[in-house]
Amino acid sequence: MKIFVYIDHFKGEAQATSWEALGLAKSFGATTALVFGSSVDDVAKAALEYGADDVLVADDPALLDFRAETYASTLSAIASSRTPDLILFPTTTRTREFAAMSAVDLNTNVITDATAVEVNGDSIVVTRPIYEGKLFEKVTASAKPQLITLRGRAFPKPEKTAGKTGTITKVEAKTDALTTVEGYSVADVGVSLNDAGVIVSGGRGVSNNPSLQPPAGLDDKQAEIWRAHQGFKLVGELASTLGGAVGASRAAVDGGYIPYSNQVGQTGKVVAPDLYIACGISGAIQHLAGIRSAKMVVAINKDPDAPIFKVARYGVVGDLFQIVPALTEAFKKKLGK
Amino acid sequence: MKIIACIKQVPDSEAKIKAENGQINTGDAPLVINPFDEYAVEGALQQREAVSGSTVTALCIGPESAKEALKHALAMGADDAILVSDPALNDLDTVGAARVLAAAIQKVGGVDMVVFGRQTLDNGSGLTSAQTARALGWSLLGLAGQIKVDTLSESKGEERSVSVERVIEEGRQSVKANLPAVISVVQSIGEPRYPSFMGIRKASKAEIPVWSLSDLGIAAPDAIITRSELMNPPARDTSVEIISGESAAEIADKLADKLIAEKVL
Ligand SMILES: Cc1cc2nc3c(=O)[nH]c(=O)nc-3n(C[C@H](O)[C@H](O)[C@H](O)COP(=O)(O)OP(=O)(O)OC[C@H]3O[C@@H](n4cnc5c(N)ncnc54)[C@H](O)[C@@H]3O)c2cc1C
Repeated sequence: MKIFVYIDHFKGEAQATSWEALGLAKSFGATTALVFGSSVDDVAKAALEYGADDVLVADDPALLDFRAETYASTLSAIASSRTPDLILFPTTTRTREFAAMSAVDLNTNVITDATAVEVNGDSIVVTRPIYEGKLFEKVTASAKPQLITLRGRAFPKPEKTAGKTGTITKVEAKTDALTTVEGYSVADVGVSLNDAGVIVSGGRGVSNNPSLQPPAGLDDKQAEIWRAHQGFKLVGELASTLGGAVGASRAAVDGGYIPYSNQVGQTGKVVAPDLYIACGISGAIQHLAGIRSAKMVVAINKDPDAPIFKVARYGVVGDLFQIVPALTEAFKKKLGK
Repeated sequence: MKIIACIKQVPDSEAKIKAENGQINTGDAPLVINPFDEYAVEGALQQREAVSGSTVTALCIGPESAKEALKHALAMGADDAILVSDPALNDLDTVGAARVLAAAIQKVGGVDMVVFGRQTLDNGSGLTSAQTARALGWSLLGLAGQIKVDTLSESKGEERSVSVERVIEEGRQSVKANLPAVISVVQSIGEPRYPSFMGIRKASKAEIPVWSLSDLGIAAPDAIITRSELMNPPARDTSVEIISGESAAEIADKLADKLIAEKVL
């Protein structure tokens, strides 16, 4: 079987799930990595170190900014001439779009969010969640190449072999574009929610500390947001002590406490950390839709009847403004930080 | 501008859904407009308000009962609605749906903008908007949190263009394209408006045309992806251990020990 793995990156920083995809591919056989972009030698070299046998690179200034149409055309051209049986991708906002388009070109389709992939001879069976993880299905594609995007943290990340080399071959970039990228406002997101092993999330409760006195001159809404920022500071300190990422409920996002990119849940991100600590989050079904794949949930909430306790392994009934900083201190001591 | 909002009907997100004998049992859950597509309708209506003389058509593939989802879009304020329905469309996958939607969009004719939600609640793959754009040969502006049509470009003798703020993992990316374009929207576009009383009355009386595959002049696309098995998720240990103590420090100390012992850090 001929296997390609697309290495997704943003400005030269590869997504960890790309390496997970490489690791999975290598368990099936020899693997060619695909790297698109401009001046992406370092990404290609890293792909070799994470296990790729060789790399095809479409390196062109016109591919500097991701655009679904140019990346799709580049991929379709490679797939048509080199006829892989299987192309694996990490599931990201980018791969969803351009793999989708390429599937139309190649008369195949994409299986997204794979949590398991079984290869038996020529047949590939993929397990994926549907109905927000309330069910799982096993599916097969009848056309080649099979395009599969893998859910983050569903597969082990391979070890890196520093200095491992291999052939890097340049391939043609397709640069006919319909869209123009005008700019970015890149948030300092720290650890990405997709890759995080630990996530500490805050909900509406992070603004609920009446004893905090906001600076004079704020109206009620501003005072609420000011309080919420104090709450999220505590959430952020716990997250960084554990090397984790900060998440949020929709109530916290709608309240203007934190950007939408931090939202976890049905209309936000679906995450799969080993540990998810929910602070001041009630546990609405739409929030739970985002954390079904978390290995362990810990809930800190004032209300003993909050539904979040039904999915938690450990719970603390109490005020997050007291518990969260105490927990940060406890971990600092115990983890020697 | 002629705007189309593509919507789907799905079981309500509160539904308890189980796999039973290889079938999906949605219990007595009501079927509703896919919540992500309410944002698509909202985004389309915002653009109708921003560019005078615009219309919004809601478009759906589904069984006769999916007219209810279209009526929700009409009640929110869409001008009209079209249902594409055909017994041959029972096994559509996303590429198939994209080809059928593209044919319907071509049949409507003169469309400037097609708006999708980010994904559906049922299949959840989030591919259809990009695939419809590709099938039409139009540009895709995906995951838009904000849409702005340049209404001045025409008077300057240029093609009409649209800019969006894409919400991606790393932050926001502004991208521009000429119309016609396909746009998918996310929650940041703004809360979907509630159906108005007038809107509900209008929707209840609306005659929604139904197009079959022969009306579109295409054959049923073959499904490339087929399901071989359906499973319930593995049962979870749902017992919670409440950590208590005399002080926050004591509780934190106990909880930290537990979590270190569980090796989840
Ligand atoms: C279509 C749709 C999509 C949605 N998508 C999402 C989504 O993607 N993500 C999401 O999260 N929600 C989503 N929601 C919203 C969801 O239904 C809930 O409204 C939301 O999750 C509530 O957020 P919360 O738990 O922070 O707030 P609340 O439900 O208000 O809960 C706040 C909690 O904080 C506790 N609390 C208050 N003060 C303190 C304190 N000092 N210390 C400790 N605990 C405290 C309270 O006891 C309460 O349990 C969606 C809803 C719909 C209809």
